[in-house]
Amino acid sequence: MNRRQAVSRVALLLGGTILGAEFFLSGCKAPNNDKNFADNFTEKDIAFLNEVAETIIPTTPDSGGGKAAKVGEFMKIMVADCYFENDQKVFYAGIEKLNQASKDQFSKGFMNLSADDRTALLTKLNDEVKEYKKNKKKEDPTHYFDMMKQLTLTGYFTSEVGCTQALRYEAVPGRYDGAMDYKKGDKAWAT
Amino acid sequence: MPQDSTSVHLNITGVKVHSYDAIVVGSGISGGWAAKELCEKGLKTLVLERGRDVRHIKDYDGTQLNPWERPHRNQQTTTDKQNSPIQSKCYAFNEVSKKFFVNDNDHPYEQSKPFDWVRGYHVGGRSLMWGRQCYRWSDIDFEANLKDGHGVDWPIRYNDLAPWYTYVEKFAGISGSKEGLPQLPDGDFLPPMQMNVVEQHVAAQIRKNFNDRVMIIGRVANHTTKVGTNRGPCQYRDRCHEGCPFGGYFSSNSATLPAAANTGNLTIRPFSVVSEILYDKEKRKATGVRVIDANTLEVTEYFAPVIFLNASTLGTTQILLQSKSEAFPNGLGNGSDQIGRNLMDHHYGIGAWGLVEGFDDKYTAGRRPNGIYIPRFRNINKATERKDYVRGFGYQGGASRGRVTDAEGIGADYKMALLEPGVWGIGIGAWGEHLPYEDNTATLSTEKTDKWGLPLLKIDCTFRENEMKMRVDMRESAEEILTKAGAQHVSSHDGSPNPGFCIHEMGTARMGHDPKTSVLNKWNQMHEVPNVFITDGASMSSSACQNPSVTYMALTARAVDYAVKELKKGNL
Repeated sequence: MNRRQAVSRVALLLGGTILGAEFFLSGCKAPNNDKNFADNFTEKDIAFLNEVAETIIPTTPDSGGGKAAKVGEFMKIMVADCYFENDQKVFYAGIEKLNQASKDQFSKGFMNLSADDRTALLTKLNDEVKEYKKNKKKEDPTHYFDMMKQLTLTGYFTSEVGCTQALRYEAVPGRYDGAMDYKKGDKAWAT
Repeated sequence: MPQDSTSVHLNITGVKVHSYDAIVVGSGISGGWAAKELCEKGLKTLVLERGRDVRHIKDYDGTQLNPWERPHRNQQTTTDKQNSPIQSKCYAFNEVSKKFFVNDNDHPYEQSKPFDWVRGYHVGGRSLMWGRQCYRWSDIDFEANLKDGHGVDWPIRYNDLAPWYTYVEKFAGISGSKEGLPQLPDGDFLPPMQMNVVEQHVAAQIRKNFNDRVMIIGRVANHTTKVGTNRGPCQYRDRCHEGCPFGGYFSSNSATLPAAANTGNLTIRPFSVVSEILYDKEKRKATGVRVIDANTLEVTEYFAPVIFLNASTLGTTQILLQSKSEAFPNGLGNGSDQIGRNLMDHHYGIGAWGLVEGFDDKYTAGRRPNGIYIPRFRNINKATERKDYVRGFGYQGGASRGRVTDAEGIGADYKMALLEPGVWGIGIGAWGEHLPYEDNTATLSTEKTDKWGLPLLKIDCTFRENEMKMRVDMRESAEEILTKAGAQHVSSHDGSPNPGFCIHEMGTARMGHDPKTSVLNKWNQMHEVPNVFITDGASMSSSACQNPSVTYMALTARAVDYAVKELKKGNL
């Protein structure tokens, strides 16, 4: 059941008052504007995050994945511009934590893993997030992999690859059809 | 800084250069109408706008950008939140539309109690980002104050306004369906937008299960057919609050200001902060306005025999309270002490939603910028009378089929699961009437001033017992309606937004019969200053529960018609 999607659609219709801020805006301390947090991200970090995104949303026969959608670059922009300071720190430290988890399990860094091993590792982290959320108190930080996964979903499904290859997109629909026929397997609209 | 207003009359050249037939303060939804009507009646009209110019279509940059061309994919940045902690809470504030909202740091105000003041300071004002819902009021609304004793009696009734509703609807281009409801009179509509298949189903179920309520398609100022030569039709992009490059919805920028400009009688002066209305106590009339240039701080005075104040409810209040003189020590035309009192909004952000099964073979195409409406069904006759509260509420909402978002895991299967539409959901949220309370106020700060040296507005406004009792019903009835209509997993919510957040503020210079208890007469004319007319939300004697803009439009057109006739008779 896509409660979240339903609620957010309804929230829009009702003036956006139902949902609080998106989870990644949950912190309260605004970042220090003296330096741009984006400067912390190296080319290697972006490449790393692209592979994380590609593992979460891989390339499939019909459509490119997280890497083609340049989700790594998107993560950098969002973390730098839209995250509060505490979340920025959690996210950035998460890059090394994820790599360490890879080393612990496979004795090599994430970038050196096979696609299957990457999937195995991130599946385990995904389960870890589920456990973490069960006991998470409001003031506890969001799990770094939760951030990466949510940013991957947002970044991918608003990317050109995600909107036009994986989903359907019309910039200017020109009409409203409130009873369009649908058969299982037809793609959803991007927006 | 304030100058002696008598001295300017010696400046003969200044008077000549700066004289017009009419001055309109504000270019939003009511100011645009005042400008159009005055210009079309042949008056050389000066429109003063405190913010920058926004040219129709040319200045709607960004709205054509696809999601992936928006760096933050429409999310707000921490800088947005710092600069505009109040504006950024608004649903219409996104990466592209944020340029139409004020920077809160530049435009502070004092809140005795939390009040969200959402504003757009530019040509067109909030008509650019408005919600576009347009519902006529009925005599149930115009008679309410008289019947239950809250506020003062409206000096007009539905029949006074009905022809003017028709007049403005025809020009504005409002789509909707005719329903024959006494509490929500039909208008002169463009073809209605379509309810989707689930909304039609729920509407039929509501009709079957209730004899006192119906669900109809929203009446909205989006043009379902072309209006005039170049407005619309709506392209179903649902990006209205970014400005529409197709002119698909009504705004001052798309409609009234171009019509005013076409007459050759319009002068718009942006960056013009009106600090006060000038008053001549001998003539007992306003003579003009004093303007501070928003950028240079240069002070200029403009003169005209008739002045329309359309600076928005709170903006108008601020100007009136600042216009102090020997004759009016407490603000222009404020002998009643009612200016700044009776501040109302609508209380909303409460409702229910649920899932609707059985429509997996149906989907929608296009992004309809409109929803459904369930008109008021409480306290509209003897049979629907409530013992616990007066007045009523309506619901807005809609059904839609979102994308699957509950898939689990990561990887290819996970991705494939996310590419299909999910279940259908329906939500309804209530918009409730807020009674006029004399001590819900906007006053001038005695301590703080803004960067133009003008005292900040201080707002003290709450929802009270009647609203709170109504909210219990708003929530329960929403659940009841959806449950009886067959929705599954129905749950309710209450976001309890602050007053102001509905962006329907009104009432601070109300109309009434008696100059002792009201500010304006039945023509929106100041009782005490007959050549000043106020036709924005400040003029409202009650709030009803309908979205108010189309009523401001009708009041404005009616007031201009009267004002120009009076002017020609030499009465102003």
